[in-house]
Amino acid sequence: MSDDVILKVRDLYRTYDISGGMFKKGSTLTAVKGVSFDVKRGSTLAVVGESGCGKSTLARMLTMIDAQSSGSIEIDGLLMDIAKTGISKEMRQKVQIVFQNPYGSLNPRQKIGHVLEEPLLLNTDMPAAERRDLALQMLEKVGLQPEHYGRYPHMFSGGQRQRVAIARAIMLQPKLLVLDEPVSALDLSVQAQILNLLADLQDEMGLTYVFISHDLSVVRYLADKVMVMYFGEVVEYGTRDDVFDNPQHDYTKTLFAATPRADAESIRKRLAAKAA
Amino acid sequence: MSLLEIRNLRIEFDTAKGPFRALDGVDYTVDAGEVLAIVGESGSGKSVAMLATMGLLPDSATITADKMDFEGTDLRTLSVRERRRVIGKDISMIFQEPIASLNPCFTVGFQLGETLKTHTRLRGRQIKDRAIELLTSVGIPDPEGRINAFPHQMSGGQCQRVMIAMAIACAPKLLIADEPTTALDVTIQKQILDLLVQLQQDSGMGLIMITHDMGVVAETADRVIVQYKGRKMEEADVLSLFENPNSPYTQALLSALPENATGDRLPTVSDFAEAGGF
Repeated sequence: MSDDVILKVRDLYRTYDISGGMFKKGSTLTAVKGVSFDVKRGSTLAVVGESGCGKSTLARMLTMIDAQSSGSIEIDGLLMDIAKTGISKEMRQKVQIVFQNPYGSLNPRQKIGHVLEEPLLLNTDMPAAERRDLALQMLEKVGLQPEHYGRYPHMFSGGQRQRVAIARAIMLQPKLLVLDEPVSALDLSVQAQILNLLADLQDEMGLTYVFISHDLSVVRYLADKVMVMYFGEVVEYGTRDDVFDNPQHDYTKTLFAATPRADAESIRKRLAAKAA
Repeated sequence: MSLLEIRNLRIEFDTAKGPFRALDGVDYTVDAGEVLAIVGESGSGKSVAMLATMGLLPDSATITADKMDFEGTDLRTLSVRERRRVIGKDISMIFQEPIASLNPCFTVGFQLGETLKTHTRLRGRQIKDRAIELLTSVGIPDPEGRINAFPHQMSGGQCQRVMIAMAIACAPKLLIADEPTTALDVTIQKQILDLLVQLQQDSGMGLIMITHDMGVVAETADRVIVQYKGRKMEEADVLSLFENPNSPYTQALLSALPENATGDRLPTVSDFAEAGGF
């Protein structure tokens, strides 16, 4: 069964030193405090929490943007400890990331085709013609057209840009994709399209997702397992149905209570309370 | 008489490719004590309509309306000077990005004071007292101390509370909230929405919520206008909108909500656009 686990995180810590001023002593901030979890191949783990809870720090460590302070990350049998060993091309091909803001994550002076080819250029020895073919295939796969190859990011809508960002992330055929709030900057109907695309890609390529979000309705829709973080710690971790039907921790309950409900029953209750 | 009554509002922007129509003949009415939600995606003209009401659009915009009355005053014919007396006092607005809406160079107390100085007869010590009172009413802890805080020393939720305090400083008759909680966490969103609704009920002002979030609509609105590409798709009270939406676009929006998903795939608005013909 252990073969089935693609991402194995044990006792992960990340601390940041905050430098002091002339009269202030420096201090240490622990953004992630001893996080452990497993993710099965082809499944989706959703990480939920409010800003400052360490979920993006976790994403940065999983994708090797930041090194962990202590603890281990194992992706597809490969131990990732970039502070000690550095980053190899092999490691880069295991995991990729999609960011929240599709306006900030694409270089405005780089054509879409080059955006897609760059991961191949940096991490493989593929000849240019082959790279171009793959980029064109990828455009089609994420629901864009071949003529978009030579265009610049400003010519695209937010949803289309997020498709480009997803395409770039899967160019290297990674095993694991970290999605840091990929739909929270998008309109409702575009959000639905992107979520559908992600579901299709997962089926087709057998991708594993770590999906970071604060939108519980999205999490409920696509997650297999849910992890709730609060001030750097995991306060709740279980299957989607366990967490949603029977939340244990107070913070999880607060979170559920705060989520707006869009059904007629709750509206009726609210209107009745208002009239009273 | 309605608080705000707008008939057949059209807004066009001059662009290099000719005029672009952002809003195409939409009516709005709001009564005192009512919460109206305007829902739509980006490009639906929901913000632009209210910016036009506030007179905040750039010169490249051409605004025409058959009627644009606020409490019987025709907003179309107001001079800039006269408009300034209404805007910020009787009609006020809060925006999406609380941290960007505040000036980083001044304390929140000073910025609150500016509003009071412009629109009321309060001076000096009275302004400070009123500012503290306002910060207390929007639930900022330690208001005496926070009055000297700069925006960067406060969280996003607290900055939004300060914005709300500024907006209600002169007891407006109409408050327009443009995506007030989009940049905030769910738990903070809940607090801010509760605060807005509470203030609205206590003061009996009209409240216009501009949002793209159906959850926010369900939690706050009395009446809802659904817009798409500058046109009004539907107008209904909140319960009938969610129970039996009339327009195919509203149906599409509601079924695109992940919590309403039935099968493996989420229906998207474009699936409906072909069938519904909008």
